[in-house]
Amino acid sequence: MTTHGAQPPTPAVTASYPELEAALKEALAGVPYTSEYILDELVVTLPPEHVLSACRVLKDHPRLAFDYLRCISGVDWVANLQVVYHLWSMSLRHKLVVKVNLPNDNPRVASVIPVWRGADWHEREAAELFGIVFEGHPDLKPLLLYEGFEGYPLRKSFAQGVKPGREAEAAEKPRKAVRPPAEKPPEKGEGAP
Amino acid sequence: MEEGGVPVAVTGQEQMGNEQKDIVVVSRRLWEGKSPVEQVLPGVLMGKMEQIFALARKSSLWPMQFGLACCAIEMISTYMAHHDLDRFGVVTWPSPRQSDVMIVAGTVVKKMADPIRLLYEQMPAPKWVIAMGSCATCGGPYIRSYSVVMGVDHILPVDIYIPGCPPRPEALMDGLIKLQGKIMKEQGRDISQAREQA
Amino acid sequence: MTTDARPQSTPQTIEMMVNMGPQHPSTHGVFRMVLQVDGERVTGMESVIGYLHRGTEKLAEGEMYRQVITLFDRLDYLANFNNEHTFVMVTEKLMGVKPPERAEFIRVILLELNRIASHLMYYAAFGADTGVFGTTFMYGFRERERIQAVFEAVSGARMMHNFMRVGGVKNDLPANFDAMMGDLMPVLERGVRECDDLLTTNEIFLERTQGIGVISAADAVNLGLSGPNLRACGVPYDVRRAEPYSIYDKLDFDVPVGARGDCFDRYLVRMEEMRQSLRILKQAMKGLPAGPVMATNVPKGLRPPKGEAFVCTENPRGEFGVYVISDGKDRPYRLKIRGPSFVNLMSLPTMMRNAYIADAVVILASIDIVLGDVDR
Repeated sequence: MTTHGAQPPTPAVTASYPELEAALKEALAGVPYTSEYILDELVVTLPPEHVLSACRVLKDHPRLAFDYLRCISGVDWVANLQVVYHLWSMSLRHKLVVKVNLPNDNPRVASVIPVWRGADWHEREAAELFGIVFEGHPDLKPLLLYEGFEGYPLRKSFAQGVKPGREAEAAEKPRKAVRPPAEKPPEKGEGAP
Repeated sequence: MEEGGVPVAVTGQEQMGNEQKDIVVVSRRLWEGKSPVEQVLPGVLMGKMEQIFALARKSSLWPMQFGLACCAIEMISTYMAHHDLDRFGVVTWPSPRQSDVMIVAGTVVKKMADPIRLLYEQMPAPKWVIAMGSCATCGGPYIRSYSVVMGVDHILPVDIYIPGCPPRPEALMDGLIKLQGKIMKEQGRDISQAREQA
Repeated sequence: MTTDARPQSTPQTIEMMVNMGPQHPSTHGVFRMVLQVDGERVTGMESVIGYLHRGTEKLAEGEMYRQVITLFDRLDYLANFNNEHTFVMVTEKLMGVKPPERAEFIRVILLELNRIASHLMYYAAFGADTGVFGTTFMYGFRERERIQAVFEAVSGARMMHNFMRVGGVKNDLPANFDAMMGDLMPVLERGVRECDDLLTTNEIFLERTQGIGVISAADAVNLGLSGPNLRACGVPYDVRRAEPYSIYDKLDFDVPVGARGDCFDRYLVRMEEMRQSLRILKQAMKGLPAGPVMATNVPKGLRPPKGEAFVCTENPRGEFGVYVISDGKDRPYRLKIRGPSFVNLMSLPTMMRNAYIADAVVILASIDIVLGDVDR
């Protein structure tokens, strides 16, 4: 059923949203943003200081009308942290991805709760799992982790499957495979082991 | 006329004289080896007090309504009409104060460990714990997670482990029946203290 | 001369905090609500979650794509096929793989059966929370057992199926599948009708659910509410229609939409969705083509090229989204799960404004949350 070695072709960019791009250009006139297409989505990257004002425009502008916040994710790219917003418009039925890059040492970005109240718990989760600070969030206390949890679990520096306090020990001994590689079958005449 | 102790048909003449003898033979069969008390009160069940208490306890196990995750759905399926745990005397009960068994069905997360321990301590003795499913036994598919307790036996003394992810309703029934057998064998010896210290 | 000895002034009340959960027969899992009550009225509430946070997103970064499918089964554990399907769709989108037609039909059949099973569980729990002591559980689970028997015949497991694969499904349907479904469909129709008859016109049920837990459409969209909860407010948003996936654009079905956004509307929307799912099932069974169930160009070692994708599907609970970032390796670089119940719970304080404590239970049940989705 599956063939060894055969690779499907790398999927090409399938989408092109000229009206959306034009509307963005008009709406985000003063904002230094970059946009690209990834698969079938238009991805806009903004600087952190413009996030709140840009999101207000994205929601209120009649040709954008992104009134539905689907998801806010945090990503750890090791060199920097990133916050990704997935947006959808109920009336115009188009979608958008907004990315914001944040420095590792001081990841602060404005909270978008004034625009979408549904950002509340997404931001709390990203704050406790990545350490991103959302300024203006009314109550940024931990949501999913227990009180007294140390560290930011979803960062790449947080080792998986290691007891806290034993990172040095685990770093020396890398995790080995659970099953040993298949051994050669016994030669004929050796009898049962 | 009797042969080898078995009353055989007798003729009318012998009937009158042999009646007494037949009754005596039959009576002797019934009462052989029984104590005087049992001879006088034949319908009474005799046994040690521990045995009878264990019989009562095992026949009426009330689990606390405590589903943590996916195994809870299979646990509910087992309570329902198709598999029916009610015929074993098992009635699910919301309050820990009136329940006997805690079926830990699902993943034990570190945040939940304190409430679980508190609920266990709220249950009056004698109490038992069944670890249902792979997560409660050993952490299951979440064995490398940063927030999961690798098995509920880190927190509570467990009596029965039921493997599976999730275990079939029949497996949970088997586990409960094994718990019933364990209760009969233990017969009230409260070894929970020893288990905890171990 | 008698004087009225009763005090003439209104009694002084103070607000009290009532804690519900994490172990509570009505919290649908390990969910904790801290209610601030003034007498019997709820003046404020706070949801405390995280009692089932198992770290799925971090675990997925260390597991190969095929292994991650098993983790997805356990997220929304009442809609296993829906979760698996979403993840498999994301990986297929990243790799540019298209499953064959028969696989798509099989997937839709299983998805819709799962939707009916999930709504039956909702019916069981919702009935129990409005005061039906166990009857709705019996009715709901009787039909669920029949559906789970079909799941077992197809995938080998009653619940955690691990059946969808990137490029198709694991194996073909059993030989007697047509006969099984032919027997099951009328039974399910009758079952849904019986469930409906028991509860929908019941006076006590109507008193307990109509006008309770109202949320406006504008609030709902702003909070990210999705699924039957959003449709009950009058917003006709169904991902199967808004961004059609699989073969849903070829199938003919209605999307039930409510009017007032109260608990009763949410219940009615779900009951109607069960009937629409039966309609979809009939069409899918009739149109099931012959052919392979697995795409031929899927490599054994799944290594999606560098990129990212976000796919949303219509879970029985709402919009289930999976965001995968791939860096070319055989394990995801970042996997983010947009759980519908996680987002739906945010609207609970809005719905519980000025509710009684007893209504708080009904409102929570009407949202239909599954804690595996909330905490992941």
